[in-house]
Amino acid sequence: MSERSRPSDALPTDVRPVEGARRVGRMRPALLLHEDHDLCPGCGEPVAIRVLLEAIEELGAAQRAIGVIGIGCYTAFTSTMDIDLVQALHGRAPSVATGVKRMQPENLVVTLQGDGDMVNEGLQEVIHTAARGENVTCVLLNNGVFGETGGHMTSTTVIGQRTKNTLEGREAATHGHPILIGDLLAPLGGTAYAARGTVHDAHGVVQTKAMIKRALTAQQQGLGFSFVEILTMCPTGWFVPTADGPGYLDDVLRPVHATGELKRDGRILTTRELLDAARKQQP
Amino acid sequence: MTRVLMEGSEVLAEAALAAGCRFFAGYPMTPFTEVLEHFARKLPERGGVCINAESELEAVGMAWGALATGARAATGSTGQGLSLMQESLSEITRAELPLVVFHMARGQYDYHQATRGGGHGDYRHLVYAPVDLQEASELVQQAFDRADRWRNPVTIYGDFLLAHTAEAIEVVPSPFPSLPAKNWAVDGSLGGSGRSRNVNSIGMEKGAKGIDPQAFWQRLQAKHEAMAAAEPLAECVATDDAELVVVAFGSLARFARHAVRALRAEGVAVGLVRPITLWPFPSEVLAEACAGARRVAVLEQNGGQMIDDVRLAVLGTVPVTAIGGISSDEAGFGLGDIFEPASVRSRIAQALDAPGPT
Repeated sequence: MSERSRPSDALPTDVRPVEGARRVGRMRPALLLHEDHDLCPGCGEPVAIRVLLEAIEELGAAQRAIGVIGIGCYTAFTSTMDIDLVQALHGRAPSVATGVKRMQPENLVVTLQGDGDMVNEGLQEVIHTAARGENVTCVLLNNGVFGETGGHMTSTTVIGQRTKNTLEGREAATHGHPILIGDLLAPLGGTAYAARGTVHDAHGVVQTKAMIKRALTAQQQGLGFSFVEILTMCPTGWFVPTADGPGYLDDVLRPVHATGELKRDGRILTTRELLDAARKQQP
Repeated sequence: MTRVLMEGSEVLAEAALAAGCRFFAGYPMTPFTEVLEHFARKLPERGGVCINAESELEAVGMAWGALATGARAATGSTGQGLSLMQESLSEITRAELPLVVFHMARGQYDYHQATRGGGHGDYRHLVYAPVDLQEASELVQQAFDRADRWRNPVTIYGDFLLAHTAEAIEVVPSPFPSLPAKNWAVDGSLGGSGRSRNVNSIGMEKGAKGIDPQAFWQRLQAKHEAMAAAEPLAECVATDDAELVVVAFGSLARFARHAVRALRAEGVAVGLVRPITLWPFPSEVLAEACAGARRVAVLEQNGGQMIDDVRLAVLGTVPVTAIGGISSDEAGFGLGDIFEPASVRSRIAQALDAPGPT
């Protein structure tokens, strides 16, 4: 497991804070119309969307960003994300993003898809878009289940994971193996940047925002296709108590879908290599 | 006037460019392939984009994205490839995007696909079936105009003959009344303003709580009813005192028109109604043309598809006979023996001789 966040010893404790304490839930990103949503308690997708919107805002790209959104629970955010959007069909966002980008190369074009959307329904779309070196950024929200239908197996469900159609846990002999999509995309010649982050803890959130910024910057520089996978909690679809979501992600998903950068500045790391590196760091 | 010898596929691409088409994506498939080739050559030369998509699904998705930015964009295939696109073709209609589809069919077997569609839900596409290249060059430009005017996909239904026949023609840019600004398209500039846009197919509004499918679908239905009232087009040849009215469309109608004119010259009371729009079907024109007729004969190269629309148009007031049928070449590309002047003439003559109602 990778390093967890620790309280910073740089924070002063002997002076009054510049402003009063604010509840994190009240800190609305500038590019969100309002903070209401209908997603389940403990869902990781609102966190991931917030990170994405903040990254766009912090790069100063709010007035030249277009989102292309797939179909999943996160689609509900199309009514509140305050950037120009195009709603794509399930699986088809990378092609739609291609059409948008080719007509408006000056804009940052970002897709948002779930694992069912990108890795099941539209696997060839994202692979071709990467291979073409299409100058867009594809963001994958990976929780290992079809959350919207209530927790069914996807192509990223890990071995042993219980879903509504693998009640005894996913078994390779019957249900096949999970796809590590980042490992398919990173080696392609058209891919400039690929990374896998997580939003199950504060360190992951910070790291994920940095990954999104690097991906968007690669797009800005015209370097080619960029990809950020974000592991997100789905306690409802995992059939675990809400508060256990982050722990389940860390214990079940992350040992397979290891977090870290898979391609940066031409250097490729496989998920296997990320896992080995994480093991070496453990005491 | 400078007429140039061009094959049909090139005429289609030239007409699209004359209409301001800036984006094309497609996947090769006979007899559509050359349409893609001409776009691939011509569009980049004139500042546009043509993508050789990895599949038909991706081709229509790319066109979708281009359309969402407000650009004029098109895709196409033959019926088989369009089968793959059906989900998008249906949903893109609900997204109210002005797609133009070049459907170069293998014969007339895709009439139902083009006019009914194979996708989900209630939707309609305006479908033009040009009879020759001059008409195609005009209808393609009209297709881009109507697509924008109605914010609805428009199909150009052609076939092997239309795509591959060369004729000396001039593509003349057609004037159309000005169109409203595309105040629904995305350009990325409205982020953070509270007025950012969402091009979608479910009636999702920014800032709204949930969607209202009933109101959204009813609005689309009303639009399709308005299109059905405004857009039917047909050519009538010698129908005024015709005892037999032949109905045919597209390339086959060219043969039928030739036969009907020849028979008329011999004093036979035969006429032709040629639907130029397959949807909306020109039912009123047809019903009027058949008011004094003894019989209606439907000449189509398939097992009987347009005949449904003909029967609905005349509603039992006059007998309807099928004089077309399946007619294929060895490859199944839609070039059957039916495309022979003698064959078409003898089919019409048989309908003339058929015993009428007593």
